[in-house]
Formats: sequence, structure tokens, C-alpha cells
Amino acid sequence: MLIKSKQPLLESATTPENVYSERRAILKGLGLGGLLLAGPSRAGFFSKEASGPVPAAAKRYPLSYQKAASASPLVPTPENKILTHNNFYEFGTGKTDPFKNSQGLRLEPWTLSVEGEVAKPGTLDVWELINGAQKQGAQLQERIYRMRCVEAWSMVIPWIGIELGQILKQFEPTSKAKYLAFETLYDPQQMPGQQSRRIGGGIDYPYVEGLRMDEAMHPLTILSVGLYGKTLAPQNGAPIRLVVPWKYGFKGIKSIVKIRLVEKMPPTTWNILAAKEYGFYANVNPAVDHPRWSQGSERAITEGGLFSAKRQKTLPFNGYGDEVAGLYSAMNLKKWF
Amino acid sequence: MSVKKVFALVLHGGVHLAALLPLAWLFWAIPAGELGGDPVEELIHFLGLGALRLLLLSLLISPLLKSLKIAALFKLRRPLGLWAYTWASLHFFAWLALDLVFEWGLIGEEIIQRSYILLGFCLWLILSALALTSLPRLMRAMQSKWQKLHWWIYPAAIMGCIHFWWSLKSGWLEPAVYLLITLVLIGLRQQKLLRIFAR
Repeated sequence: MLIKSKQPLLESATTPENVYSERRAILKGLGLGGLLLAGPSRAGFFSKEASGPVPAAAKRYPLSYQKAASASPLVPTPENKILTHNNFYEFGTGKTDPFKNSQGLRLEPWTLSVEGEVAKPGTLDVWELINGAQKQGAQLQERIYRMRCVEAWSMVIPWIGIELGQILKQFEPTSKAKYLAFETLYDPQQMPGQQSRRIGGGIDYPYVEGLRMDEAMHPLTILSVGLYGKTLAPQNGAPIRLVVPWKYGFKGIKSIVKIRLVEKMPPTTWNILAAKEYGFYANVNPAVDHPRWSQGSERAITEGGLFSAKRQKTLPFNGYGDEVAGLYSAMNLKKWF
Repeated sequence: MSVKKVFALVLHGGVHLAALLPLAWLFWAIPAGELGGDPVEELIHFLGLGALRLLLLSLLISPLLKSLKIAALFKLRRPLGLWAYTWASLHFFAWLALDLVFEWGLIGEEIIQRSYILLGFCLWLILSALALTSLPRLMRAMQSKWQKLHWWIYPAAIMGCIHFWWSLKSGWLEPAVYLLITLVLIGLRQQKLLRIFAR
């Protein structure tokens, strides 16, 4: 069963060691043993104190999933670039900070609560979800998507995930559910950016994001739990994060602990910070410039060294217009950027 | 060689090393992945911040000279200023070459449309003028005009801080600290500035 009865959300910071060990035994019993107990870097992974400036990389477990159709013309960005070039201000504002500071993030256990305008509110055990989705095979899918950052750079990422719509249906959204409000883990002890405004870029935490219901139910929208064949690394939003390929990257909220279905458009972090620069919709749109970056083109992060950079034209809806433009047919996208 | 001369040489060498070593470090750090899998943005930021720090160091010399009375310090202003210009030029060049990949149309648009880039560009022009006129021969030839031109270092330092501030998506603490330091360094020259404006 994926849906458990409503229970208080376990903040991972407050999980006592014995409870945690028990969980490991349970997970082992569930057949996740090999998945969870392998690897020499466990100490670095689970202890809060990093042993050096760059701790051993957090363990990522191999996943079984349905491969993307091989006809895709997109060439994925090399894995090491996806792992070391991140925006995750909870771990610092520099591009390498998330990699350097997040390896100790406790990912197990991890629960995601779904609440608000749903008939069956509940809590998802994310590792059970991953395990279950692997067993059923078809549910866990690889999606090779373009990722366009609002900062005018882009990558191609081979995500592994589950359609958000499939997950939401289990909670039976009511007719009042018009929007979704997502929330990232709030745990200042584990996330230095939440402790200090200097490290966290002056953002009010927890990070919050939102989608309209039809956007969330769109088959391109996934909750990702992995990339490049393995579970997510902390800096990429482990263990579960949102991926909406036709929107700027900041919509893809990371390390999610709560999804609330609501009637009104929810507040979103970057919009709160600078409403003129970041809209709620944040659809990739080369025709609407950002005050800081021209959105007409992007620096594609691909293979090769420092001097291999190339720029390419940014496509409306990041190239997914055929699939999603219909969602916005009645809207002025210059106003609702 | 007198002790004084050795001391001056050590100071000079220290400035050159301090400005050069971080650049040399990049040749190791970038391939080693220290700036991340995609080092472009970190590199641009690293060079820009380094330029600002060197600029502020050059402004620190005169106040230090006044309080410590070490004449050898005086000669450090020129190398510090020239190194600040070198770092600023590398910062500008990295943006041109690595981020915008020499797409001149886009570069022109960006300089005009983005206020923080326009400000940075103007700052680079000012620093270029100061660096070009730092040749001793030109310095003598320009006489009092030289001093007037080089007073632009004060607005330039403030512009550097604002350029830094505006370039950030969020957060203001770090650039505010730089701006505060700049204002203090300028404030220490209160008497001199009053004289400039009194003319």
C-alpha cells in the first residue's frame, strides 16, 4: 500500500537513532536491503558532520525502470555536470555549494504528506513508493528532458520518476482542488542556508512552489526520484523532487515533504522575493525577457571543457509547446509570465 | 642592499604573488572540478570578486601609509591597481568568451539592457583609462590632469560594489559589507575629498 493513514510528519532531524535503525531493518525486510546497505560511504552519508570540505558523495542506489524511447534526439548532459552545477539555496548560493554541503542530508526515512482538498489525505513513504514503483516496472519511467534555468543556461537530464498525476489520483482530489502548493523540507540543522540568511541568499524558508491542477495532471509533469539510472543525489533534490520540463528550473521544487491541494493560487518563493522578475507560471518563453538575463538564447551545458560552451536558441515552452501550449491558450503569456 | 630595499622588494613580491597565485590555482582547480562541472559562472564570479578585493586593497594603501609611516607601501598602489584591472579584464573576457561565446549582437544587447552589466562595463572603461595612464611617462606628461583622472577610482570602487549587488538574484549582505568597507575607505579621505570639491 502506498497510502498510509494520516500521521504526523516525521522530521528527519528528530528521528532517534533507534527508530532509524529499526526502519533500516524494515526496509531490508521489504527487499530494499541491497539498495540501502551497500557502499563504503555510509558514515559520511548519515553523520551530520562532514569529515572534510567535500564529504564522500551520498550513496545513490541503482533503480530498475522503464527506459526512455531511444529515438530521443536529446543528448544528456554528462552526469558529473548535473551533480556539481546546482541551484539549491538551502545549501548555499554558489553553484558548487549544494554538492559540497548536502552530502550528509538524511534521506531515510522520508515522508511526503498530501493534504488539503483531497478526499483521502495521507502520507507517502517515499522509499516505499520508489520500491513499489520498481516492482510494478512500468510506473518508474525514464524521461529525458531539457532543463532550462531562468539564469539562461540549460542541460538535458535523464530523469527517472513517476507522473505526478498518477500519484495525485490515489488521494482523490476534490472539485475544489484548483492549485497545488509544494513545500521543501525545513530543517535548519541539516540545511545551512536555512540557518543563515547569508548562506541561504536571504530567502524565507521553507522553499514553496505551486502548480495549477491541469499542469500537475499533465503527463509530462513528474515527481522524479532518480537520474542516470540511480536514486537522486541530495543536491538534485533527493529523495523526491518536481520536474516540469516546460517551466524554468526554479519551479522544480526539491526534497519535497508536503503537497497541499488548494483552491487559490499559492505563494511561490521567487515570486515572493521579486514579483517583477519571477511569475507564478514561469513558462519558458524567449519572448519575455527577464530583467537580468535575455531569455532568447541559452548556454547549453554539454560535454567538454571550459571552452566548449555553445549558445542555442531558447524554444517557447522549452520545446514542449506541442504538448502544453493548449493549457494556456486563453492567457496573455506576457502578463502571466 | 639596505634593509629598506629588501623590505620594499618583499612587499612588492607579496602583492604580485597574492594576485597571481589565485589565477595559477585556477589552472589546477578547473580541471579538478573545484569550480563544479560547469565552471563558467563560478569562474566569472571568482574573477569579479577578486578584482573588487584588489581594488579595495589599493584604496587601503594610503590610509595605511598615513598611520604606519612605511614609505615602501606607497609604491604598492600601482601594482595593486594594475592587478585589479587585470582581474576585471579577465572577468569581462570570461563573460564575453565563455558565457556569451562572442555573440556580439547579444553582447551589445546585454550591455545596453541589463543595468548591472552596463554599470560593470562603464566601470571597466574607467579602469581601462586609469590603467593606460599609469605609465610613468604619461603620468608626468599629464601633470595635474593625471590626479583628476585618477580620482575616478573612488566612484569606480562604489560602482564595483553596486555591480556586485545588482548581479545577485537575492541576498544583499555580502555586497553590503563590501560597500561599507568602500565607504569607510573613502571616508578616511574626508579631508582630501573636501579639498577636491572645494575647488
